Amino acid sequence: MLYIVDRRKNPTGKSLGNRQRFMRRAKAQIKKAVENTIRSRGITDTTNGDQITIPGKTLKEPGFHHAGRGGNRNYVLPGNKKFVQGDRIARPQSGDSGAGGSQASPDGDGEDEFQFTLTRDEFLDIFFEDLELPDLLKKSLKQTTAFRNARAGFSVEGTPSNLSLVRTMRNSLARRIGLRRPKTVEVRELEEKISVLQAKAEKRPNGKLTKADDTKLHTLLADLEEAKRRMKAIPFIDPIDTRYNQFQQIPDPNTQAVMFCLMDVSGSMSEQMKELAKRFFMLLHLFLHRKYEHVEVVFIRHTSRAAEVDEDTFFYSRETGGTIVSTALEEMKKVLKDRYPTDQWNIYAAQASDGDNYSNDGSKCTALLAEDLLPKCQYYAYIEITDEREAEIFSAAEGETALWKAYAPLASNNPRFALKRVTKAADIFPVFRELFAKNRAEAKV
Amino acid sequence: MSSKTKSADTRNTDDSKLLFTSADWDFETLKATYDAIEDIAINEMKLDVYPNQVEVITSEQMLDAYSSIGMPLMYHHWSFGKRFVRDDVMYRKGYQGLAYEIVINSNPCISYVMEENTIVMQTLVMAHAAFGHNHFFKNNYLFKQWTDAEGILDYLQFAKRYIAKCEDRYGFDAVERILDAAHALMDQGVNRYSHPEKPNLAAELQRERDRAKYEDETYNDLWRTLPQPDQGDQDIDELKRKMRIEERRAQFGLPEENLLYFLEKNAPSLQAWERELLRIVRNIGQYFYPQKQTKVMNEGCACYVHYAIMNSLYDKGLISEGAMMEFIDYHSRVVFQAEYDDPRYSGFNPYALGFAMMQDIHRICVDPTEEDHKWFPDIAGNNEPIETLKEAWAHYRDESFILQFLSPKVMRDMRMFMIDDQSTSPHLEVGAIHNDNGYRRVRRSLARMHDISVRDPDMQVVDVDIRGNRQLYIQHTEHEGIRLEKSEAEMTLGYIGQLWGYGVTLQAVDYENGEILHEMNYKPEDLAGN
Repeated sequence: MLYIVDRRKNPTGKSLGNRQRFMRRAKAQIKKAVENTIRSRGITDTTNGDQITIPGKTLKEPGFHHAGRGGNRNYVLPGNKKFVQGDRIARPQSGDSGAGGSQASPDGDGEDEFQFTLTRDEFLDIFFEDLELPDLLKKSLKQTTAFRNARAGFSVEGTPSNLSLVRTMRNSLARRIGLRRPKTVEVRELEEKISVLQAKAEKRPNGKLTKADDTKLHTLLADLEEAKRRMKAIPFIDPIDTRYNQFQQIPDPNTQAVMFCLMDVSGSMSEQMKELAKRFFMLLHLFLHRKYEHVEVVFIRHTSRAAEVDEDTFFYSRETGGTIVSTALEEMKKVLKDRYPTDQWNIYAAQASDGDNYSNDGSKCTALLAEDLLPKCQYYAYIEITDEREAEIFSAAEGETALWKAYAPLASNNPRFALKRVTKAADIFPVFRELFAKNRAEAKV
Repeated sequence: MSSKTKSADTRNTDDSKLLFTSADWDFETLKATYDAIEDIAINEMKLDVYPNQVEVITSEQMLDAYSSIGMPLMYHHWSFGKRFVRDDVMYRKGYQGLAYEIVINSNPCISYVMEENTIVMQTLVMAHAAFGHNHFFKNNYLFKQWTDAEGILDYLQFAKRYIAKCEDRYGFDAVERILDAAHALMDQGVNRYSHPEKPNLAAELQRERDRAKYEDETYNDLWRTLPQPDQGDQDIDELKRKMRIEERRAQFGLPEENLLYFLEKNAPSLQAWERELLRIVRNIGQYFYPQKQTKVMNEGCACYVHYAIMNSLYDKGLISEGAMMEFIDYHSRVVFQAEYDDPRYSGFNPYALGFAMMQDIHRICVDPTEEDHKWFPDIAGNNEPIETLKEAWAHYRDESFILQFLSPKVMRDMRMFMIDDQSTSPHLEVGAIHNDNGYRRVRRSLARMHDISVRDPDMQVVDVDIRGNRQLYIQHTEHEGIRLEKSEAEMTLGYIGQLWGYGVTLQAVDYENGEILHEMNYKPEDLAGN
């Protein structure tokens, strides 16, 4: 009468559809929670899925239920310790209403915060969606390749340095055996036997060998001569024996990238501006992380001096001083040279600034970028962060900051260089669109 | 526990008879154990069960089944996803274990057991679900009357496919809108008194087709061009108006307490498929209606059965002392009742209350005291504990069962006391405790707490202004001044409005004098806001 069915092999994840519907339903809240999470997280740590908490209120499933309090009611509780009939008890404060609570709503935790974990993909999807990235973009990042040598068998010609000794000697040995080239040992044995016989002859009174020995000596001499002739005719190594190692150039996709974050931290950059910059850096990092196996981040901040710092210092410590942008570029050049050879690293850089620069520094920056940095970079993005109010004034007056003026001509003729003005989070995306568009243009050519 | 220690001496201790010796299980052990349990359940306890089907699943599948209200097949809805992500977090963080089993009231009776369970747990689960719950499902009058164990899986299959098809055809949003509204009204979507027809897959499909066909055949584009009907019936005198109200109520079968049914049949602007969705939710609500009313009994029955079977297995020497200890550990955790001032307290644990009452009935039958003879003259000392229990399992639901069988001993053991909560009084009063004065009142109060018609608000559709603006009137009869939870009621009213398509008024009416206490209105314009 019993059937036992093993269902363990049945497809799991029957709830996936429900989960997706739930995500759709709670989209607005989830998005907000993701934004909050991102604000509180480090740049490099955005790529894991994350536990997020959303208010349970919007996911409420209402129904007609009795209110938890009011009216006349009675209920039974277990565990009486000291009460007798007629005892009066102060009304419990709302929140722990005893049995009243269980009557109030069966789904009592409806109002609570609702916590769950997003998978990494869900997290990224929501993050990218927030910035309204086209899907294509995520796949179209540029990729440089280096070449490496890989063995590709053997060939009959090549440079002596690539000579494969083992192969060559094998061929040579086979040929020598095949053509019966006498071995050196055999020749030496013959010579020995001959000299023994000759010594014997000298000892004899007449200086002559017996007839038998004489015949033997002649044969030996003839053999020796033959052997010597063969040795001479058959070379130890013939050109046809030689084999060379062959190599092929194989494109080697570069799987590591370094991302330089450059930021002006002088007093004119407000916290809000830094926040925007952080979002931009984060986005770039996410991008690179999706593309490359290994991504390193270098933070360079500058005022009138530049220094490589850690992430915390980069975003949260303040420094005063003037603004000389070229110092940061110098620093980047130095770090590049010291630690990130271009054949091994894909180099990306993002610079955030409010556009201020020491007035004579512009041309120096341009030169540094054009000659040293841009040729090495995959992409260099400059975002200029301005106050929203300022932005209005600027756009009205066509005003340009010092740095913008210096960079603008460079950007117009360099596809790897993009500059963009940003006033709010939503503006960040166009920079990426620009990158995308340029890659497409290149592909068409 | 006492029965166990008593029998320890007489117990057969031949190790070779043991069904299992290690914690792991395989299918042969499972089968052998099942046979041993079946022997006790059928031949000794004489339980009457549907054929059993035990299905082994992984914890992940358990989580899946969990979130779709314990059914193996369920249509998709975000609320199930919500439950899933919540359970998932709770489970992964270790706040909450998974149920050891899920049992479906179907024929054959399907019990899900998890592969992670030890063999002791599997034994417990089979005794509990495959015999305890199974017997209850097959014999309790509510289940016999209201649910159709034969057809439920077929019906769910139909529902799942149908809803998926609707999603394809009309979009997620349209389907979700209807399901959200229907779920909000699920508790008001059951027939409490009349007998529902048994669902049947073929007939369901046929009915659905007929409905669509009828729509197609009767479709006439001219209807759209009709002018709006005149507003109001001012020209009709009072008498005529009253007669028409009566007529109208008769026409719509009002008052109607099954709100979902009423909307399904009468909402003017619903599409055929939307009505079908309401029907599906209604049918599923109806299927679960008996379970809601028999939690204490159902679990009590299953706990009593597994406890008896496990002890019997032990007495026969079929399971070892170690296994018995493991079982007792699980068992005592299941039937644990937190006291009211314990932070873990969240109402009466149906397992604890049910088990305590079943054991108590057993005791009354076998070993009654003076008090029991006074309280339960019919059953005290009749020495037929199982027969008596089977009677109770068949003919009662929680409310009537408690009212009939809760004994002073159980009230004393659980130290029950009753709180009187009068809204006019600044404090609560202890109305009765577990003493001679209080037993009956405590028992009555506890029974009422388990009465679904008291717990769920009393809602009815009372009128429709069919010739006017099609305003729908819903009435909440307020007992003892207990109101509806306001914010939820407003949202739910909004859902009714969505389905109805016109204005809805919710009136709270006093039970005693019929006075209208307060009113809540939904206007269709609000829809635009959403």
